[in-house]
Amino acid sequence: MEINTNGATTSSAAVGGGGGDSRFTQQELPACKPIVTPGLVITTFTIIGIIFIPMGLVSLSASEHVPKLMKSPVFIYYQLDSFYQNHRRYVKSRSDKQLRNKAAENETTTCDPEGRSQPDRAPIVPCGLIAWTLFNDTYGFSVRQKKIQVNKRNIAWDSDKGHKFGSNVFPKNFQTGGLIGGAQLDSSIPLSEQEDLIVWMRTAALPNFRKLYGRIEEDLQPNEEITVVIQNNYNTYSFGGRKELVLSTTSWIGGKNDFLGIAYITVGGLCLFFAVSFILLYVIKPRPLGDPSYLSWNKSPSGHPN
Amino acid sequence: MNQYFLLIACLQLWSLITPVNPASTWGPLIFIFAVSASKEAWDDYNRYLSDKKANEKEVWVVRQGIKKHIQAQDIHVGNIVWLRENDEVPCDLVLIGTSDPQGLCYVETAALDGETDLKTRIIPSACMGIYFELLHKIKARFLWRNETKLGMSRGIPEPKLTAMDAMIDKLTGAIFVFQIVVVMVLGIAGNVWKDTEARKQWYVLYPDEGPWYELLVIPLRFELLCSIMIPISIKVSLDLVKSLYAKFIDWDFEMIDQETGIPSHATNTAISEDLGQVEYILTDKTGTLTENRMIFRRCCISGIFYGNETDVELLNAVSGGSPDVVRFLTVMAVCNTVIPVKSKTGAILYKAQSQDEDALVNAAARLHMVFVNKNANILEIRFNGSVIHYEVLETLEFTSDRKRMSVVVKDCQNGKIILLSKGADEAILPHAYAGQQTRTFIEAVDQYAQLGLRTLCLAWRELKEDEYQEWSLMFKEASSTLVDREWRIAEVCQRLEHDLEVLGVTAIEDRLQDGVPETIETLRKAGINFWMLTGDKQNTAIQIALSCNFISPEPKGQLLLIDGKTEDEVFRSLERVLLTMRITSSEPKDVAFVVDGWALEIALKHYRKAFTELAILSRTAICCRVTPSQKAQLVELLKSCDYRTLAIGDGGNDVRMIQQADIGVGISGREGLQAARAADYSIGRVSGTSLFNSVSLMAYNVFYTSVPVLVSVLDKDLSEGTVMQHPQILFYCQAGRLLNPSTFAGWFGRSLFHAIVVFLITIHAYAYEKSEMEELSMVALSGCIWLQAFVVALETNSFTIIQHLAIWGNLVAFYVINLIFSGIPSSGMYTIMFRLCRQPSYWITMFLIVAAGMGPVLALKYFRYTYRPSKINTLQQAERMGGPILSLGNIEPQSRAIEKEVSPLSITQPKNRNPVYEPLLSDSPNSTRRSFGPGTPFDFFQSQSRLSSSYSRNCKDN
Repeated sequence: MEINTNGATTSSAAVGGGGGDSRFTQQELPACKPIVTPGLVITTFTIIGIIFIPMGLVSLSASEHVPKLMKSPVFIYYQLDSFYQNHRRYVKSRSDKQLRNKAAENETTTCDPEGRSQPDRAPIVPCGLIAWTLFNDTYGFSVRQKKIQVNKRNIAWDSDKGHKFGSNVFPKNFQTGGLIGGAQLDSSIPLSEQEDLIVWMRTAALPNFRKLYGRIEEDLQPNEEITVVIQNNYNTYSFGGRKELVLSTTSWIGGKNDFLGIAYITVGGLCLFFAVSFILLYVIKPRPLGDPSYLSWNKSPSGHPN
Repeated sequence: MNQYFLLIACLQLWSLITPVNPASTWGPLIFIFAVSASKEAWDDYNRYLSDKKANEKEVWVVRQGIKKHIQAQDIHVGNIVWLRENDEVPCDLVLIGTSDPQGLCYVETAALDGETDLKTRIIPSACMGIYFELLHKIKARFLWRNETKLGMSRGIPEPKLTAMDAMIDKLTGAIFVFQIVVVMVLGIAGNVWKDTEARKQWYVLYPDEGPWYELLVIPLRFELLCSIMIPISIKVSLDLVKSLYAKFIDWDFEMIDQETGIPSHATNTAISEDLGQVEYILTDKTGTLTENRMIFRRCCISGIFYGNETDVELLNAVSGGSPDVVRFLTVMAVCNTVIPVKSKTGAILYKAQSQDEDALVNAAARLHMVFVNKNANILEIRFNGSVIHYEVLETLEFTSDRKRMSVVVKDCQNGKIILLSKGADEAILPHAYAGQQTRTFIEAVDQYAQLGLRTLCLAWRELKEDEYQEWSLMFKEASSTLVDREWRIAEVCQRLEHDLEVLGVTAIEDRLQDGVPETIETLRKAGINFWMLTGDKQNTAIQIALSCNFISPEPKGQLLLIDGKTEDEVFRSLERVLLTMRITSSEPKDVAFVVDGWALEIALKHYRKAFTELAILSRTAICCRVTPSQKAQLVELLKSCDYRTLAIGDGGNDVRMIQQADIGVGISGREGLQAARAADYSIGRVSGTSLFNSVSLMAYNVFYTSVPVLVSVLDKDLSEGTVMQHPQILFYCQAGRLLNPSTFAGWFGRSLFHAIVVFLITIHAYAYEKSEMEELSMVALSGCIWLQAFVVALETNSFTIIQHLAIWGNLVAFYVINLIFSGIPSSGMYTIMFRLCRQPSYWITMFLIVAAGMGPVLALKYFRYTYRPSKINTLQQAERMGGPILSLGNIEPQSRAIEKEVSPLSITQPKNRNPVYEPLLSDSPNSTRRSFGPGTPFDFFQSQSRLSSSYSRNCKDN
């Protein structure tokens, strides 16, 4: 404290010895030291509250449930409940190399127990539990006896089609074992075009999930009755799972989900509540900041409470 | 801890159980080990260099009559070592020959016992007269022992572990236990679930019969998932931070001695954070509190008081040639072991081993009694133009027992033999000749001691020729005895040193270091207890203590004396002091006790318990006339009560104390570098402000911990899959700087809360059709990163450019890294990040996570900050608001920063304190410690009278 800064800086070359930026080494970098003042905190909470509640309302309105015209495209999802696609044993049972590259068709070690076909040990393409359990229910839609076309193209991610699933990899020895897990695959179509498979192999993180089945590319009128013919192939009875069919349009927020709206309103409300209660607290029990009389070195003197 | 990580890494290799790619553990592990290994290697290399320097020191060794240059490490038993003037003695040696015709040689033993005066060593009479050429023919048999004197006096330095290390170890242990519990519970639940539910899941194709270890698989998997709870990087990043702290001390310009330019240097990188937790400071006086630069201040010659060498009266008396004054000056100039050296410019420089002698000789020179030259035994003194020669016949060395030294000289002019003595008053005055009035000298000594000056009495006596001859024979005989030589010599000396004519008293000031009183004042206000350990006499010590605010003067302070020569006396005195201490401890009084070396010896030996209680009760203690090992014992005593101790010293006699203490601070000052080498920190010259700054520096640095978070974040980025499945972002606790169980619990609770927030919001916002594994995990991870950035931002008290870089740069780096990974087709997360960044719902979710996670935390912090502020908070507020505390004058900013550091102690301490010592406090467990409080704020607020109103409020609180 006795040395002025100039003196210190000049000696830095001699002593600091490559200590670098002397302001850094001297810890004299210009610093902003914000403190939580009532004004700052209350303003923050108020602003968050004011922003969040309208945002929540907007989000909610985006996923409203009132019957209304469903503009094309209408997305068809199948939903599985209590299906653990995230089960460790399940999720690991695939071979990305094999899916991508024809030359790697023998790389099935990660796919157990569905790596090789049973009697002749030939590699299964696509191997693994995920592919083996491909969903195989089918849906047929009709409105007033008129069949609605379901477009099943472009339901998978482009990046998957382009890079993860090879256009020269064809299904081989698939579903030939004793147990049939799910859908069959047309062995003349390369994997990159087996979009149902690609969608299925984007495993879900949660046991209740929806996967895109296809798109209806015409508008659905409000209160219109849609007949669905379901071919119930997929076994969910053994584990007490459920299957659901969901028709949904998309919105800017992406799908219909009330959660974000509700959460925004809750958090916004909470912030407003904090703001109001802090204002009240400030008015009822004002307390100046940095009052040295609150320094408690006589309450527990010298930092030695016994 | 390292074993733990190794175990985890090995488990990762077992592909059956590993939940993530083994690379995610091995990568960081290897990186971390590489970092810590290179740090260790660097340290080792530096140590190697300094060892090498010591070992490869060139030494002359005589072999076959030829002098050879060898390295110090090659000396072995039986070698004859050739040392020249001012050489360092490389090993234990037996003196067999010197260039001195009398076979004398002077050795400085400061490195061993801290005594800086030259010790005389005489070659054994058997070796007398052996010529250099014959040396190689000597067949010497030496008893060689492993324990050299140096090794023995040093004691065994224990490795210094910081409180922080210990706490981290404890907390890591606690996390580990928690982790094991979690693993057990989840493992059992997992196995049960697997048997009841998973078997029904046809799509998983569980085999009917698993291998024998099947039951273990699920718990082990959870163990691996939980392993992230103890971040691998914690130890390393802490190490890095510590060495950074140490570097900051090195770099701190305010700790550079302006005179010598020696910067401070932190040797032990690991314990810097403990600097803030010191409760007891034990300090050496000479050279630490004082500069160890002696200045001749006053003298009293045959009853007349003079000032220093500029005093006109004294100069007149000198030029007047008053015989008393001349004799007085002669003693000053002659009675010493100083060697004058002529510099090129012709000025005479004195090489004195003792600063006192240096001061005296210099003063004499300025009083026209110039000690010009020393040629073998002939001293050349120039006085008022005439040259006087003296032949030194014998030197009766100074020892701390005799407390005086004498020389026998022969005046070459008239052949008179004179004994010149100087020494402590109690060593000289009793030996005055019968009939001399020593009362004035006693008064003078008292008066000077009151002023905090070191006093020496000078005396002389003319010897008769035959008396000297007779005595000389005895002295020679005593000098060559093998048994009890020192004692014999002392006895012989005693026979000569009697009937002295006391000439006068000199008073030498040992100047206080700059800023010492202020520093001590502030440190004491910060609740740090000060002990002064010194070899000085009691009065001087007390005066020094007074002058540097160590103890308060009479009305406010009280000094309690522990003395006595016998066990009983000491015990009674100890009891009395203890009693007074207990009574007065409830009064706002500064009570200090004073104990001398002898009483301390007895107290430590027989009344350890009582003395310990006393040590705990008293804030200040002065121990005078203590030996180096007693200093170390005192440190040990305080450490045994679980206090953090810091020892400061400069002399070799402080080495043991410094090594013993939790933190040793060595000062590379005038007494040599010995202490600095042993110490953890060496400071060019401790000046009040600079010592203080090291502490405030720590206070500031404590908040400078965003760097490790960066490290840990890098660590975490690599294991993103894991975070998703188990988003316990526990590494927050790593940033927990004021580490103690309760803050730890706070951090833990917060991270748990944040984990829940991230997890719930993510799974709900990304439910159903968006529930894609890669996306969802990335959302959860980004949520963690965002929250973490905001948590760190909220907890950071001062933002410099570096903090901003660390916090926000980290956030940006996260996105950059992930976007890069998203661009690689073969990576699992190909295009994921691009997708997410395009989704409005992703950003909305992030916003929600931050608001939901930080809202309650901010509210709680605000509430605590404003309505339950800690001392740190209040002071921060005051600092930033420019409140009244800033205007409290110069000393104030210091105490504030100190307080910042000290306050965390108040939380940790009670838990740390050894319960064994609690009973000692049982008489008045509440009043004892607390009693210091009123005293402290009292002086604090007293000096700022306008705050008296707040003082009275404080009193009410009490």
